[in-house]
Amino acid sequence: MKRRRLGHAGWGWTAFAGLVSFIYFFPVLWIVLTAFKAHTDALAIPPKWIFTPTLENFVSVFARAYIKGQTAVDTNFDVYFFNSIFIAGSSVLIALVIGTLAAYGFSRYPLRGNSTYLFIILTTRMLPPIVVIIPIFLMFRVSGLSGTYLGVILLYTAFNLPFTIWMMKSFFDELSPEVEDAARLDGSNGYRVFFRICMPQVKAGLAATAVFGLILTWNEFLFALLLTGVETRTVPVAMAQTIGGDIGVRWGLLAAIETLFLIPVVVVVYVLQNHLLRGVTFGTIRR
Amino acid sequence: MATQAQAATPGGLGQQLREHFSNWRLALVIAILAIPGSVALFPLETAFWVSFGAVILITATVVTRAWGRRPGPLLVAPALATLFVMNIFPLLWSLGLSFFHFRANRMSPPRFAGLDYFEKVISDPNVWDRLQTTAIVVVLTVGIQLIVGFLLALMFEREFPGRRILLMLVLTPMMLSFVAVGAFFRYYYEPTFGLLSQAVRLVTGEPYILLASPEGAIAGIVFADAWMWSPFVMLLVLAGLVSVPKYLYEAAEIDRASWWRRFRTITLPYIRGLLLLALLFRTIEAFKLFDVVFLITEGGPGTSTETIAVYLYRVSFQYFKTAESSALAYILIFIVIVLTNLYLYFVQQREKDEEAPA
Repeated sequence: MKRRRLGHAGWGWTAFAGLVSFIYFFPVLWIVLTAFKAHTDALAIPPKWIFTPTLENFVSVFARAYIKGQTAVDTNFDVYFFNSIFIAGSSVLIALVIGTLAAYGFSRYPLRGNSTYLFIILTTRMLPPIVVIIPIFLMFRVSGLSGTYLGVILLYTAFNLPFTIWMMKSFFDELSPEVEDAARLDGSNGYRVFFRICMPQVKAGLAATAVFGLILTWNEFLFALLLTGVETRTVPVAMAQTIGGDIGVRWGLLAAIETLFLIPVVVVVYVLQNHLLRGVTFGTIRR
Repeated sequence: MATQAQAATPGGLGQQLREHFSNWRLALVIAILAIPGSVALFPLETAFWVSFGAVILITATVVTRAWGRRPGPLLVAPALATLFVMNIFPLLWSLGLSFFHFRANRMSPPRFAGLDYFEKVISDPNVWDRLQTTAIVVVLTVGIQLIVGFLLALMFEREFPGRRILLMLVLTPMMLSFVAVGAFFRYYYEPTFGLLSQAVRLVTGEPYILLASPEGAIAGIVFADAWMWSPFVMLLVLAGLVSVPKYLYEAAEIDRASWWRRFRTITLPYIRGLLLLALLFRTIEAFKLFDVVFLITEGGPGTSTETIAVYLYRVSFQYFKTAESSALAYILIFIVIVLTNLYLYFVQQREKDEEAPA
């Protein structure tokens, strides 16, 4: 089916859409503004639109200590950011390797009951995380994996796999089989067909899958809450604990953390706009 | 389908390895015998390495056997194994636990309980109350998402300068962390300096505590979740709108059909399928709603915003009623499986429709 070119509208429509988008984006914008406010400005009544921007919140995210009541407390957010990056990075990488192979298998060499396998795989991802975590929590406690990088990375690998498989399968399904058949007739073996013919064609898809996996893992909260220890804690958990603090919440600091946390997300949304639909539906809907 | 490729010639590496392991049955038997044998005979450390080697040997043997002949199972095996260990096996375990008296914070060994816990969960008024709360939240949030998402899609259907940038602004909430969104809205709902309270004070002169009443708290959660996920519906509807062939609109223009008529007879049939998918997908996702509730209200005031996921969290990790929570979890699993099945059915239905000549 040929795609329709979008109907054109002029700058008037831009103004209207701009206004709506601005209102829609406002909650994010306000947090970013709050991140640059001094503590008193962040709590000002009425809310301050014009203020002198300060970087003190960003400094205190990473500074080794800030004063809370009378005692100096280590924020540790450098560690948490490292953990988030390290855990998301390694689990996505492993899931990408295993998942791409599996997706290729499911796409090109269907097993008996292929769709059943795929259904079960998708279901594990659709289940509420709280349902999955109960037995995993016990399993991790018995095996001593609780609070270790190995355990968390393994868990997130399994968390990313269904997504990776479904995404990559949807990309492999789109390739035309004629090219591969031709290569086989010319004497290429399965290994060559996969690496020389298929992989170059799905490079963009691979990148999109990786980035989506990173964002999903980066944002994940419940698994991290229950299965990370003090050393392996990720940013979302630390953020939630900042709110649960005993003395009032330092909103400026929290806003600064959130701002740092959402920068990669905004960039990704801009770059990956064309793959977004497929990404958020786990590869089940292509267009 | 490229099934004929299964008979493809083995690779150079595969050929060499296969010759190496030509007597693969023998290798397999030795490896399998080695594991219990070493555990019985050697100290733990040595036994571990012997078993480890045996497992590698088995894997290598199976892999080289299957190489070239049956690549399908070989390709999917690592993924299925990982999923089995990290997802399927734990879930089976918790199914087992739901038939026993067991609490994760006590050391006493499990005692068989039969179907007691399932009965207990189903007859528990608390569970029904939480399911009702969840249903209210799901219906409200998915409804708002469908409406707002649809309107946003109509806005972005046209091409205009700066569309890509504005689209980015609107799509951003969807990719944010639930924790971040929860924290945002907690800040906005804050009674003294929160934006909402201050906006209301301009009108009524009194601060407004949204989260103090059950209705307000539910509204607060629904608003946050709907804000976050309306762009998702927008994306799906937009995909449907773009797929409408232009000649239909041209024909309608010649017939001087009204806007409403054009919408009803041309646009709607093309996006109906996607709207249904959006509805199902969002329902499944909203059903899981945990993080936002946990951050904004923690289930309060009282238990008025405790969704089933939050309740399950409390039962399993605060009261440590492990067996009961496993039974409840299985009821949720059943619901999600039904919904997922339905969703995939409609996805396939839509793919069939697309393949059929229009």
